[in-house]
Amino acid sequence: MEIGLNHYLVLSTILFSIGLVGVMRRKNLLLLFFATEILLNSVNIAFAAISHYYGDLTGQMFAFFVIAIAASEVAVGLGLLIVWHKRHNNIDLDSMSTMKG
Amino acid sequence: MFEAIAFYLFAFLTTLMFFITVTTSQALYALTALAAGMIFISAFFFILGADFLGAVQIVVYSGAVMALYAFGMMFFDSTREVKEKQGNKLIVSGLSILAAILVVLIFAAPMVTDNIVALYPVIEGAGNTQQVGMVLFTKYLVPFEVAAVMLLVAMIAGIVLAGKKMDLSITLMNDAEIKDMKKDQNKKVLS
Repeated sequence: MEIGLNHYLVLSTILFSIGLVGVMRRKNLLLLFFATEILLNSVNIAFAAISHYYGDLTGQMFAFFVIAIAASEVAVGLGLLIVWHKRHNNIDLDSMSTMKG
Repeated sequence: MFEAIAFYLFAFLTTLMFFITVTTSQALYALTALAAGMIFISAFFFILGADFLGAVQIVVYSGAVMALYAFGMMFFDSTREVKEKQGNKLIVSGLSILAAILVVLIFAAPMVTDNIVALYPVIEGAGNTQQVGMVLFTKYLVPFEVAAVMLLVAMIAGIVLAGKKMDLSITLMNDAEIKDMKKDQNKKVLS
């Protein structure tokens, strides 16, 4: 039972689809952010696995930058969410459909 | 053998935790399950020999990001049940799996040709942290600095957005509304 690259890619696929299901069915914006974190993490697993099985450090570097981007996304997103919550007293996605085409 | 056991154990745990995160109707359960899932993910990085990445995963995700979310949840009514979109579940799941397979195909497409040469190969006789440092501070120095500036911008944006007039009031009500509210409270205290 040797664990190969395909095992990690399949795991990454499963986690990515879980995250996408979360993005599609969540209406609360905070829980939508949680689902995006799952997406970023599943991609990080794929990066680290490819980096390991091909002996290349580039995958790990990209995983670091993904983590940095996730951290800044959380900071800005939560700030915007708090402002929205102060104004409208809810964080439902349906309440911000004024720009809907 | 131990690698296989560890892989399947942590794969099961991670999938379970993230499944709870996207399906539960309690925001607090979702937060806790997500934090646990992040820690389990770092186990994969340790199995894959990316020690530094695993440590960063625990510090940044379970430490910083989860603390930020917990801090943000203090502002929101997290005890309220979360309403969900009523979509067709079959379509949602089907689209998700298709999109995920597409992403993995994009990852795997260059490998099919099987002529990959490592751009920055693993350096022999150096620990993972040392290797990461060597590559990060030579080839990826400029992206590293740009990421640092981006984090600074995000920090300032967070302070400006969330901390606006927080020393005066924690709402964006104007002064008349606050005065009315205080009057109501005084009435309640007196009566």
